[in-house]
Amino acid sequence: MKILVPLKRVADPDNANKVKVTAGKLDTTGMQWKPNPFDEYAVETALRLTENGASTKVRLGEVIVLTVGPKEAETQLRGALATGADRAIRIDATDDDLDGDVVARAIRAVVEKEKPDLILVGKQAVDGDSNQVGQLLAEYLGWPQATFAGTIKSEGDTALLVGREVDGGTLTLRVTLPAVVSVDLRIVAPTSVSSKHSPTHTYADGVRFAALMAIMAAKKKPMVEFKLSELVSDAAAKIAYTTHELPPPRKAGIKVKDVAELVDKLRNEARVV
Amino acid sequence: MSHTLVIAELHEGKVRRSTLSAVTFARGISQPFDILVMGQGAASAAAGVVAFGAQKILVADDVSLANYICERFAPTVAAIGKGYKVIVATASSFGKDLAPRVAAKLSAGYAADLSAVRVEGDKLVYRRPVFAGNAYASCSITTPIHVVTVRQSEFGAAEPSGGASATETVAVQPADAAAARVEFLSLESTKSERPDLGEARVIVSGGRALKEQFAQVLDPLASLLGAAVGASRAACDAGYAAPELQVGQTGRIVAPNLYVAVGISGAIQHLAGMKGSKVIVAINKDPEAPIFQVADYGLVTDLFQAVPALVKGLA
Ligand SMILES: Cc1cc2nc3c(=O)[nH]c(=O)nc-3n(C[C@H](O)[C@H](O)[C@H](O)COP(=O)(O)OP(=O)(O)OC[C@H]3O[C@@H](n4cnc5c(N)ncnc54)[C@H](O)[C@@H]3O)c2cc1C
Ligand SMILES: Nc1ncnc2c1ncn2[C@@H]1O[C@H](COP(=O)(O)O)[C@@H](O)[C@H]1O
Repeated sequence: MKILVPLKRVADPDNANKVKVTAGKLDTTGMQWKPNPFDEYAVETALRLTENGASTKVRLGEVIVLTVGPKEAETQLRGALATGADRAIRIDATDDDLDGDVVARAIRAVVEKEKPDLILVGKQAVDGDSNQVGQLLAEYLGWPQATFAGTIKSEGDTALLVGREVDGGTLTLRVTLPAVVSVDLRIVAPTSVSSKHSPTHTYADGVRFAALMAIMAAKKKPMVEFKLSELVSDAAAKIAYTTHELPPPRKAGIKVKDVAELVDKLRNEARVV
Repeated sequence: MSHTLVIAELHEGKVRRSTLSAVTFARGISQPFDILVMGQGAASAAAGVVAFGAQKILVADDVSLANYICERFAPTVAAIGKGYKVIVATASSFGKDLAPRVAAKLSAGYAADLSAVRVEGDKLVYRRPVFAGNAYASCSITTPIHVVTVRQSEFGAAEPSGGASATETVAVQPADAAAARVEFLSLESTKSERPDLGEARVIVSGGRALKEQFAQVLDPLASLLGAAVGASRAACDAGYAAPELQVGQTGRIVAPNLYVAVGISGAIQHLAGMKGSKVIVAINKDPEAPIFQVADYGLVTDLFQAVPALVKGLA
């Protein structure tokens, strides 16, 4: 199975240098860049789907990682190559010029060249939290979509049983490939992904780490570059971001000394019980 | 011709209450709006939304729409939606799955998860959280048609305004060719007597600390308060709570009157889903846990003693 995984680098809001707003604009200086976690899950899913239980040497398929972004984003692509992806594609673009629609149209152009059987995207990029590239791409390609996948079972690599995490529970679809699947958090649980050729062992929870040797080897794996203008004729974004602001801080609360005081506060001060 | 089209979501033959958040959005921009009720049984479900001030209720009812499949719904929504300026759905898993595909069909810009909308002259300015709610962005959509989804936590459910909107049957469009490659197999949900997380006035939410005693510890408190039960990602991942109970950036976004966080550390991804709650209570044995930075009332203690004591105290 040939799998394409679009991967975005995001500024990590979860460390010491938090998101700042300077003069009404988002300011990422000092923030660390990392792969969007959902995209790391998508890479892990792709690796599991192409795993060969009979021989760890020969993968049953190919995993291509793709980013639309600046040169620096090659660091995150190399990271994915080190964990086992076979090759990488970067479509050169400045983050600020993109929206989900431009990204989806750029990916479509690559899909037309590469003709993958499956596209695994993240459910959402955790910077913009936009949750749309997969759905837009599916429509542009005329392919089926299965969003928010918590489980995937490959049926002979021609169809997938996808357990979608929806508000009310789990919705199971059978999609015939080629298709676009967006992955949710629990796709990297030990038994979430399987195929006829899966190894017999269960996986560790989460994504695999790259061995030092693999990091060295990844430097030699192929990485090709396209210009955005080669792939999309009209790269105008459909969303225009004007200003950013920080949320108003929540007013500081108090610590209560015991359960009795908590009960009293809830009854007589907050009046919520 | 109305300005805004609200996409209703059906569940077990009725319009889901979450749809009323999209109605609140439509009313908020003070323009005439219609509601599209789509699915098998839509004709009878439509009665549930006739009293909310829509110009028209459009009904697309067909056996082929018995189960929601995006590739079957999107063509009809797009065909009807092309006559409107704004197409809006609530940001439920249904809305988030369907709306972008509709936007792509209409070459329209799509803005997800709106927390507010403002009318500036003849422009609509949308506000949406980014970076797990650590910042808010203002944006506009540059295409003639806008497609948006709105947050239930910020757009409360509309109240009926009386009257009865006219109902009109609309044609169901043929499914996308891709629909032939999608088969609905099942929808499994844990039946619960408790209110839905999106609508609950009180939520009792548990984290990894509860371990296998998740339900045993939290159920009595939730029952006493008539609350919905929520959970952190760690609790869901570990199997202590069902995945659909997850609150957070990638789970449900909630804003109840009272949110009780029990044994939850308060990672930013969790806070993103609940910090809009009116009153937050945190019970955690670690005084440095970040949850205390957003809690109105923090109790530093062992939850296994505190929760049963709280149940006694409130009973
Ligand atoms: C892409 C991404 C998306 C995510 N989305 C979400 C999301 O939507 N929702 C979400 O919740 N998380 C999400 N997370 C995970 C998040 O980062 C945290 O890992 C998670 O919220 C931690 O859950 P927790 O607080 O239950 O567990 P922990 O962080 O392990 O905290 C347990 C807490 O319990 C306390 N405790 C332990 N024993 C006791 C006791 N006996 N009495 C009282 N207190 C006790 C501890 O002091 C600790 O603070 C996401 C992460 C990523 C990377
Ligand atoms: N610039 C990008 N380059 C590559 N993939 C992207 C990019 N932006 C988004 N994606 C993919 O689309 C998914 C959803 O992103 P979004 O719709 O922006 O929330 C991400 O998880 C990625 O898989």
